[in-house]
Amino acid sequence: MCLAIPARIEELTTPGNAIVNLGGVRKEISLALVDDVAAGDYVIEHVGYALQKLDQEEAERTLALFAEMGVLDELRDELGESAA
Amino acid sequence: MKYVDEFRNGELAKNIAANIAREANPHGQARSPHPNPDGATSHSTKPSQNDGKVAGYLPAGEEANELLRKVSDNRTYRLMEFCGGHTHAISRYGLVDLLPDSVRLIHGPGCPVCVLPIGRVDQAIRLATDHGVILCTYADTLRVPASDNLSLMRAKAGGADVRMIYSTQDALKIARENPQREVVFLAIGFETTTPPTAVAVKQAAFEGLKNFSILCDHVLTPAAMHAILAVEGGVALDGFIGPAHVSTVIGSKPYEPFADDYGKPVVIAGFEPLDVMQAILMLVRQINDGRAVVENEFTRAVTRYGNLKAQSLVAEVFEVRDTFEWRGLGSVPDSALKLRPAFAAFDAELKFGVDYVAVPDNKACECAAILRGQKRPQECKIFGTVCTPDNPIGSCMVSSEGACAAHYSYGRFRV
Amino acid sequence: MTVKPSYSRPLDIKHGRVDMSHGSGGRAMAQLITELFAAAFDNEYLSQGNDGALLPNVAGRLVMATDSHVVSPLFFAGGDIGSLSVHGTINDVAMMGAQPLYLSAAFILEEGFPLADLKRIALSMARASKEAGVPIVTGDTKVVERGKGDGVFITTTGVGVVREGVVLSGDQAQPCDKILLSGSIGDHGMAILSQREGLSFSAPIVSDSAALHGLVAAMLDSKVKLRVLRDPTRGGLATTLNEIAKQSGVGMMLQESAIVVNQPVEAACEFLGLDPLYVANEGKLVAICAPEDAQRLLDAMRAHPLAANASIIGEVVEDAHGFVQLTTRMGGRRVVDWLAGEQLPRIC
Repeated sequence: MCLAIPARIEELTTPGNAIVNLGGVRKEISLALVDDVAAGDYVIEHVGYALQKLDQEEAERTLALFAEMGVLDELRDELGESAA
Repeated sequence: MKYVDEFRNGELAKNIAANIAREANPHGQARSPHPNPDGATSHSTKPSQNDGKVAGYLPAGEEANELLRKVSDNRTYRLMEFCGGHTHAISRYGLVDLLPDSVRLIHGPGCPVCVLPIGRVDQAIRLATDHGVILCTYADTLRVPASDNLSLMRAKAGGADVRMIYSTQDALKIARENPQREVVFLAIGFETTTPPTAVAVKQAAFEGLKNFSILCDHVLTPAAMHAILAVEGGVALDGFIGPAHVSTVIGSKPYEPFADDYGKPVVIAGFEPLDVMQAILMLVRQINDGRAVVENEFTRAVTRYGNLKAQSLVAEVFEVRDTFEWRGLGSVPDSALKLRPAFAAFDAELKFGVDYVAVPDNKACECAAILRGQKRPQECKIFGTVCTPDNPIGSCMVSSEGACAAHYSYGRFRV
Repeated sequence: MTVKPSYSRPLDIKHGRVDMSHGSGGRAMAQLITELFAAAFDNEYLSQGNDGALLPNVAGRLVMATDSHVVSPLFFAGGDIGSLSVHGTINDVAMMGAQPLYLSAAFILEEGFPLADLKRIALSMARASKEAGVPIVTGDTKVVERGKGDGVFITTTGVGVVREGVVLSGDQAQPCDKILLSGSIGDHGMAILSQREGLSFSAPIVSDSAALHGLVAAMLDSKVKLRVLRDPTRGGLATTLNEIAKQSGVGMMLQESAIVVNQPVEAACEFLGLDPLYVANEGKLVAICAPEDAQRLLDAMRAHPLAANASIIGEVVEDAHGFVQLTTRMGGRRVVDWLAGEQLPRIC
C-alpha cells in the first residue's frame, strides 16, 4: 500500500540520516532520496526513507479548501440561500 | 500527529460529503449521514490561489448552476481508486457511507502483494529452501499463497531462513553481519518502494557486499493503468483517483495520457480520508463539466515532475522489463523493472538461476474482471465461501488491500 | 568424629547461568528453587516443601485458569515476563467474576540463561503476586538444551472463588446491552513491538500489564447485572468482541470515537501499518451489561485507578451474521472482522 506517513525531522544524524518524530515515536530514517532537508521540516517517510519533503504551505492550503467549503455551507444555510 | 489528524476530521468529511451529494446527484438524496439540503446549487467560491498547481477547482455559482442542469438524474460516477492505500482508507473509514449511490468506487490493482504472481513467490521460496539463502522481505508478502500450499511463512515454519524487515537498510545490515551466508531481498512494490531498493543496491555495490542480491519484482503504475484502459470496447470507468505516494516519486505528468488519450479524468489524492473525499468531489466536478485533466489534490507532497533524485537513482540501477506477469491482469508489456547489466551481480534470478515458472490462477477466480471494474467482489462465485482472507484463492483476496479482502473484512454487511 | 555440616556454595547470581543440572532433580535444582524461587515467593504454602500445596477450605464455586507466557523481549517498558505471567492468569480468573486465591508457576528454562535475569524475573513475579495478594503456592522447573527454548517460558495456573449469584459468560450478551471498555487499547502490544530488535524506533509506550481483580471486585460491588467480562489480550479488542459476538449469537455496533488510543501507540501503528484494534492489551477489560446499568457500571469503573479512562464504546445488536461493526470517526461504517492469521505490518 506504499505505507508512508508525514513525520517531523528532529535532528540530522550522520551519515545522511535523520531522526524523525511522529506523535512521540522517534525513528531513524535515511535521507538518501531527498535534498535540502533541515530540522523542523516534515518529510513523507516510507520503509525507512524520506520520500519527499512535505510542503507545509500546500498542506495548509488544502486544509483551508476543506474548511472554506464548510464555512460557506454554513453561511448559505444562515442566509437561507439553500432552499432555492 | 500534525499533517495526519487534520486530514481525518469527521466534521470536514461531512462538509465534503454534502458537496459531493449535492453535485453528484442534484435531484437525489444523500444516503447518509447528512440528508442533502434539497437542490442547493449555489456556489460563490473563488477559484483557489495555487501558483499554477491545480487543487479543488470550484466553478463560480452561475457556471455551476448551468452545469448541474446538464447532469441527468440518473448519471453514475464509476471511479477507480488505483491504489491499495486508497482502498484501505475507503474501507477503514467506511467512506462509502458518505457517498451518494450514484458514486461507485472500484478498487484497482494497486496493491503490490495482490498482483504478485504465484510463480514469483515460488521463486523466493525456492531461494530460501533450495539455495539456503537468508530471504529478507517486507511482512506484506509472508502470507501470500504460493504453489504446493506453501507461503513464505509456511516455508519459514519448515526451516527456511525468512526474515521480516522494515527497510532495505535492514537487509544490508543482515548481509554485513552474515558474510558467510547469501542474503536475498525480495524487492516488491510500485514506484514508491523502488527507490529504497535502488539505494540499497548502489550501497551494496559501493561496499562490495558480494553476498547481497535482490529478487526484483518492482512494477510500474502507469503501465497497469494502460492495461486496464486498453480493453477492446473500452471500460466502464469515468475517472481515476490517482496514487498518492507513487506520485510523490513519479509526479503527476505520467498520468496525462490517461486524460489526453483516453479521456479519463485523474485526480491524484493523498491517502487520508479527507484527501479521498476531496478527490471524489474534484472528479465529480470534472465529469459534470465534461473535462478530463490531471488534477492534484495531494499538492503537499506531489509536484508535476516528482522526486527527480529518486527517479535518477532508479534509472541508474533499473531498466524496464519487456513484459511482466501480473496476477489478475496477465502479461503486461513494459510494466516492471529489472536490474541493469551493470548491477547484474546483485540479481538473484541470475545469481542462483531461479527461473520464473508461470502458475495459472484458479479458473473460478473473477479477479481480472474485478480489477478492471467489470465485476464486484460479491459477484464472484467463490467469494466468501471457498475464497476468504484466511484461505485466499484469488489475488484480490490476498492482501487486506485487495478489492475482495477489503470488501470481506470491512464491508461484508453491504449487499 | 563429627560429621561436617553440609555446605554448598551459594548460587553465583551475578555471573552464573542455567545449566542442565538445574533441571535434573538433584542438589543443583533444589538449590535453584530454594535460593531463587522460594526466597522470592516465600509463603506458608510453598514452604510446606511438598509436591503440592495443601490449601484451606474455600466457600463457593471454584474457577481455574491457566496461561503460558512467551514474550520477546523478556523485559519491556512496564513489565517483564514475570509480572506478565502473574497478571495474565489473575486476569483470566477475574474475568470469570472470581476472586483469585492462589497461583502455581512452572518454568521452562533454556540452558545458558543468565541467573541474574532469572532472579530479576522471579523478584518481579513475587512483587506482582504480593501486590495482588495472590501467592504462588507451588511450582516446577525444567531445563531444555541451549537452542531449544527462548530463554524462559512460564506457565501459571490460578484458582479463585466466585461470589454467590455471579454468573459471567461470553454467551450472555443480549441485543441493546452496552459494551464498556476500561481504558486505552494497544499499549502492551506496541510496548513490546517498539522494543523488538530490528525495528529501530523508540517510543514512550509503557505496557498496561496489571492485575484486574480489584477493578472487577469494584464492578461487582456496584451491584449491576454484569453479563460478560473479558480481557482483550492477544488479537486485541477486535478479536475479543468477535469471540463474544459469536458465543452469544449477536452483532455489535461500536463508536470509534469512544475507543481511546494513546497518541504514541497510534503513531507507532501508523509507522507499521497496524490497526490498534488488533493489538494486545494486558491490563484492560471489556464489560457487557444491561443498558439501564451502564452508567452505574461506568461510574464504578472510573472510580478505580485502573479504569479512569473507561468508556461506553458501543452496544450489542441483533445480527444473524454476528458482525462487529464500527461507526468510524468519518461517520462511515465498517466491519471489525476477526484477525486473518497473524497481524503483520503492511508496508509496501
